[in-house]
Amino acid sequence: MSSRAFVFIIPVIVIAIFWVMAVREAKRRPDPTRKGFFERNGVVLGSVFIALVAFWTLFLVALPYLYMVVESFHPALPPMKRGGPDDVVTIAQYSSFVVNPTIGAVNWLHMSALLFSIIASIAVTALNFAICYPLAYYMAQAGTPQKIRLLMLGLIVPYWVNEILRAFSLRLLLASRGLINQALMGLDITDAPIDFLGNNTGLYVGLSYAYLLVMMFPLYNAIESLDKNQIEAARDLGAPWWRIHRDVVIPYAKPGIASGCTMVFMLSVGSLAAPQFLGGPRTLWFTAVIYDFFFQSFNWPRGAAYAFIMLIVCIALVMAMLRLFKVSLGEAIK
Amino acid sequence: MSAGVELDRVTVRFGEFTAVDNATLDIKGGEFFSFLGPSGCGKTTILRTVSGFLEPTHGHVRIGGQDMSGIGPNKRPTALIFQNLALFPLMSVAENITYGLRVRGVDKASRRKKADELLDLIALPGQGDKLVSELSGGQKQRVAIARALAVQPKVLLLDEPLSALDLKLRQHMRSELRSIQQKVGITFIYITHDQGEALTMSDRIAVMSDGVIQQIGDGKAVYDAPTTAFVASFVGENNPFPGIVAQADDNYATVDTAFGRLRGRNPRGAKAGDKAILFVRPESARLGQGETDTTFASTVKNVAFEGNMTHVYLEGIGKKDVTVSVGRRSSMTIPAPHEATPICYDAELGIVLPEGMLARE
Repeated sequence: MSSRAFVFIIPVIVIAIFWVMAVREAKRRPDPTRKGFFERNGVVLGSVFIALVAFWTLFLVALPYLYMVVESFHPALPPMKRGGPDDVVTIAQYSSFVVNPTIGAVNWLHMSALLFSIIASIAVTALNFAICYPLAYYMAQAGTPQKIRLLMLGLIVPYWVNEILRAFSLRLLLASRGLINQALMGLDITDAPIDFLGNNTGLYVGLSYAYLLVMMFPLYNAIESLDKNQIEAARDLGAPWWRIHRDVVIPYAKPGIASGCTMVFMLSVGSLAAPQFLGGPRTLWFTAVIYDFFFQSFNWPRGAAYAFIMLIVCIALVMAMLRLFKVSLGEAIK
Repeated sequence: MSAGVELDRVTVRFGEFTAVDNATLDIKGGEFFSFLGPSGCGKTTILRTVSGFLEPTHGHVRIGGQDMSGIGPNKRPTALIFQNLALFPLMSVAENITYGLRVRGVDKASRRKKADELLDLIALPGQGDKLVSELSGGQKQRVAIARALAVQPKVLLLDEPLSALDLKLRQHMRSELRSIQQKVGITFIYITHDQGEALTMSDRIAVMSDGVIQQIGDGKAVYDAPTTAFVASFVGENNPFPGIVAQADDNYATVDTAFGRLRGRNPRGAKAGDKAILFVRPESARLGQGETDTTFASTVKNVAFEGNMTHVYLEGIGKKDVTVSVGRRSSMTIPAPHEATPICYDAELGIVLPEGMLARE
């Protein structure tokens, strides 16, 4: 039996633990009015419920990830050798992120790719916040209903266009002989075309644009519920506009801000298309590295290990940020 | 430290709608001045115009003699207390109170001192570190007052701040507000639709209806000597008897009403043939026979005992309703429902005013 059996054993263990806890709880505090699950729902309907929930949680959520976890602790082997003596449990895939196994040197390439993806995503998140906050504030507190509807339409409709088309049209716009460069040169602002794609402007623009709404809606929701009188009270007490935002609006909207920033950051780090189409030639996004392991070198274990490294680093970063800004996880995912 | 507020022909329009129409009045420094009127009469608009959240369409607001046009709410020597108080929920009580000082760059130690001082004034000593959500309704009320007072405004504007409180607390806060005002000595401008609040606290009252100031005067004047039909019907209870003036002199007039020819004072100089309304307050009327031109017939509909008063609801000629209030100590015997009884009043307690809009029930 290979260690891959873990994949199937772990859910069984988890279910068993919960079962035992439920039984003990029922014994400790007996409730005579309580009816059993099948008593309440009937045998047929009850079985259907359990089957559906089990299918959803086990086959769609738990097993794929668990399989990936287990896979990431195995060496990459051709199919015939799987389950054989070479198929051992190992952390080689994880350590290969730090030390490149083929040349035995520190794996700067991949580590810097992850670092760059994270820093660039933080920048994208900050940029998105800077764009969305004024818009969301305007829509939530200042605008008239018609203008808000129009703005909402203007924000949503572009998202009907698919990601590839959006990325390539941005590319056309930003290319060295694209519209913007032509305009800049035509107006004699620059002599030579600016390499917007090479210097990653395209990457930032594309990623920010892709996740604009993800930032917009949590912010809008949070600010919208703020009592207008709070803003007026601060103003009446003598606060200039920036202080009103700093002292009243932003603290109030903090959960929404945290929620929007977390999502934009996570999606941005994990995005594949925009960095590939809009990043410069020297730009290596970490998802591209993962993608290559899966589909170019067919090294699924290493791809899985890299994906988990990225996931864990990002989650740790987000948790640290939430803690720094004193937002609880519950508030941020509201 | 207080300043007067002068409204000089102030008109505020929202599109076609005129919220305040040509309001002119002069509030003296240190005065407790109330705007009284039903909702939608424009009193909140006046308050927002004084505080600077609205600019008048025409006319000028002057505070302490200084024209306020173009000066924003954060630059005016006023502080506003909102109807829902609008305390900052994420700040402590002390932070709330001293927010205006923090904005002005006052250092932490002086802020703390000021907070303690104000907490003493509002009888919440040592509660500065609490969260606003931990306070009761009346305490929040007082924190809102302290927050407004902290910036040492020359004029304090209050937008129905007591309306969210229950009856007992509201009555208590009335006297508390009045005593705070006397302690700090600044001008209070108070907005309310509750005549009890206006009458008990104010030095003077402006009664408003549909954007127009109907009458300005102290509580007694507004109650006893209303100058328009609206004021007579809005401030306190009143029985209106519309009709045509039959004869009039400088002091008294008689009006031909559905109840017959009735007499009352004639402060606005109504002339024979004018359309007019005679008002008689329920507590001014008695059940019984009086002089012919101050007595009319009616039938008792029902009787409501209200503790300090008993209200007798009667039906006069033409199914018109009349209310008579009988005090507790009165020796009057109250007839049973469906009994007929004459109602009379003293002619000097009846008041004849030109026909005009009445307050909606």
